Amino acid sequence: MNPVNYLYLSALLFTIGASGVLIRRNAIVLFMCVELMLNASNLALVTFSRMHGNLDGQIIAFFTMVVAAAEVVVGLAIIVSIFRTRHSASVDDSNLMKL
Amino acid sequence: MNSLIPLLVAAPLAGAALLLLGGRAFDRFGHWLATALAALSFGFGLALFSSMLGRDAEERAVTEHLFSWIPVNGFQADVSFRLDQLSMTFVLLITGVGTLIHLYSVGYMAHDERRRRFFAYLNLFLAAMLLLVVADNYLLLYFGWEGVGLASYLLIGFWQHKPSAATAAKKAFIVNRVGDLGLSIAIMLMFVEFGSFAFEPVFATADSASEGKLTAIGLMLLLAACGKSAQVPLQSWLGDAMEGPTPVSALIHAATMVTAGVYLITRSGAIFNLAPDAQTAVVVVGAVTLLFGAIVGCAKDDIKKALAGSTMSQIGYMILAAGLGPIGYAFAIMHLVTHGFFKAGLFLGAGSVMHGMNDEVNMRHYGGLRKYMPVTFVTFGLGYLAIIGFPGLSGFFSKDKIIEAAFAKGGTEGWILGLCALTGAAVTAFYMTRVMILTFFGEKRWQPDAEGHEPHPHESPRTMTVPMILLAVGSVFAGGLFAFNSSFLHWLEPVTGHEEGNSPLAPLVVTLLTSACMVAGVALSYLVYGRSAVPVVPPYGSPLTRAARRDLLQDDFNHAVLVRPGSALTAALVYFDSRGLDGFVNGLAATIGGVSSRLRRIQNGHVRTYALSMFGGTLVLVATTLLMRSV
Repeated sequence: MNPVNYLYLSALLFTIGASGVLIRRNAIVLFMCVELMLNASNLALVTFSRMHGNLDGQIIAFFTMVVAAAEVVVGLAIIVSIFRTRHSASVDDSNLMKL
Repeated sequence: MNSLIPLLVAAPLAGAALLLLGGRAFDRFGHWLATALAALSFGFGLALFSSMLGRDAEERAVTEHLFSWIPVNGFQADVSFRLDQLSMTFVLLITGVGTLIHLYSVGYMAHDERRRRFFAYLNLFLAAMLLLVVADNYLLLYFGWEGVGLASYLLIGFWQHKPSAATAAKKAFIVNRVGDLGLSIAIMLMFVEFGSFAFEPVFATADSASEGKLTAIGLMLLLAACGKSAQVPLQSWLGDAMEGPTPVSALIHAATMVTAGVYLITRSGAIFNLAPDAQTAVVVVGAVTLLFGAIVGCAKDDIKKALAGSTMSQIGYMILAAGLGPIGYAFAIMHLVTHGFFKAGLFLGAGSVMHGMNDEVNMRHYGGLRKYMPVTFVTFGLGYLAIIGFPGLSGFFSKDKIIEAAFAKGGTEGWILGLCALTGAAVTAFYMTRVMILTFFGEKRWQPDAEGHEPHPHESPRTMTVPMILLAVGSVFAGGLFAFNSSFLHWLEPVTGHEEGNSPLAPLVVTLLTSACMVAGVALSYLVYGRSAVPVVPPYGSPLTRAARRDLLQDDFNHAVLVRPGSALTAALVYFDSRGLDGFVNGLAATIGGVSSRLRRIQNGHVRTYALSMFGGTLVLVATTLLMRSV
């Protein structure tokens, strides 16, 4: 199978994730979209690794997973605490960080 | 013996420090302490004088190095003193007359609650002036010079609760600052030119400098002398300085302060001798001032201001003589010393009159006082005879010599200067006779003071009359003593040098002319004031009289020429600063503020907006990278 197809899939997934981040309001969904983008880039990295015949891309993919896992832990904790105080998971409601 | 020289300065300085820092503990006896320290300084002066007389004329100048003040590589400022015949003369005059004025002030200021402070300032004045005359370099001289300025400021404004006194003190200080600027520039020029500002190296190498530079230094020294000695164009502070207590006026006019300019020019003779243009400027200033002061003195009704005009005029004589070069230096100093006696006597007499007349200063409210204040009358009268140059008294010898020296300058210049000096002598006789007649003769024109008290003139206490009597003795005999066998001339000659000029007139002719002018002045004054009753309200007078009452419009002149353009300039600069510079800076700040308050709207707190801008940014970066690669 032509590895370029994987890149197309990766681009598609990334676009879906990015659109989700920009469009959706629910923090959980936003979070999932971010994960989607991360995994899309992982897919691209693994594909490149295969195309170039070395392991660099795969190693970076592992790093990405670790970072994503850590991010999920911190991010979910924040979302939960915001939901507890505001009874809402909408990111548009948390807009206090402005002048 | 030489170690006594620093003590000359230290004694009054210690007095000033004790009285100022000692507080109320010194209230009861502080004035006697100050007087004693001034007298102690006079005693040191006498001791040094006698030891100086014991040496040969060439070995009389001594220097005493005290310590290194500012030792920097290539810049050596020392606190060291030089006592030669010239400074010795000044030391004796300053401490002698100063002590008498201290003694007089004990009586005069008896009822002033700030008497201790007054005596502290008097001591400070003496210390500064002594430092000025015994310094052996210009920087130390400048230190004393500034000290004199400070002390005069404190004393002129001593009755600071009066706004006029406070203003007069400020005026004196500011006008003096203009002169001080000249001295500081002169010192800098000397340092650049000669690499030193001590007297000996500067005078020894003066002939190696170009005439232009010496002229520049000379003119700056002249500016300094004009400030301290109240010469045209920096004369305006002297009349207002009469706001101070009368002993202060006596001290400023006789022993300290105004004599500093004459000292500076005589001391710097080596520079002036090589700069004829600067000397011309000096004689012009002297001649103009001697007439200026005399004219002002004719019109003033305030006894102290009339005397102030006369001081200005007499100092003009001295500056004129000092500007004549070696022909005149010794006579300038001789007139300075005799003037110190009779002017101090006249001021103390004026103070005594005021003391008896409820502090009235207007001579039109005096009259007929000779019966009520006999001692004051006689001492003041002797001072009067001395100042107009009555034959045989001090002023006769010294003024006559100056007029002779002016003629001896030679050529047209000599004639002009000589005639100016002769005219001055006539006018001096006129206005001093006027003061005498208005105060002591004629009918009583006494007026009650502001609170309605009728004056009861009485003779002053002994602490006041004794100094007056001593000064009167000096006024009578000093001149004859100095002129006898030209003793004063020979005394000063090793320092100032002397040469006889070529006078177109024989000395006897000059003497006769001077005496004739004096008699004419006295006679005219008698005709105007002595024969008919003097009006209590001054008549309107001619334009010249009215101008002279306003000090020949000196303040109007300063106001029009200096103050108005100065304030216009500052107003323009303030306008430029507030509208131009501040406008630009404020405009810039307002623009940045406006732009940022608009840019601030981008920060709306919505996470998704930030995410969008991040995507946009990433997009731009990726697009740019691709574009750059493809090129």
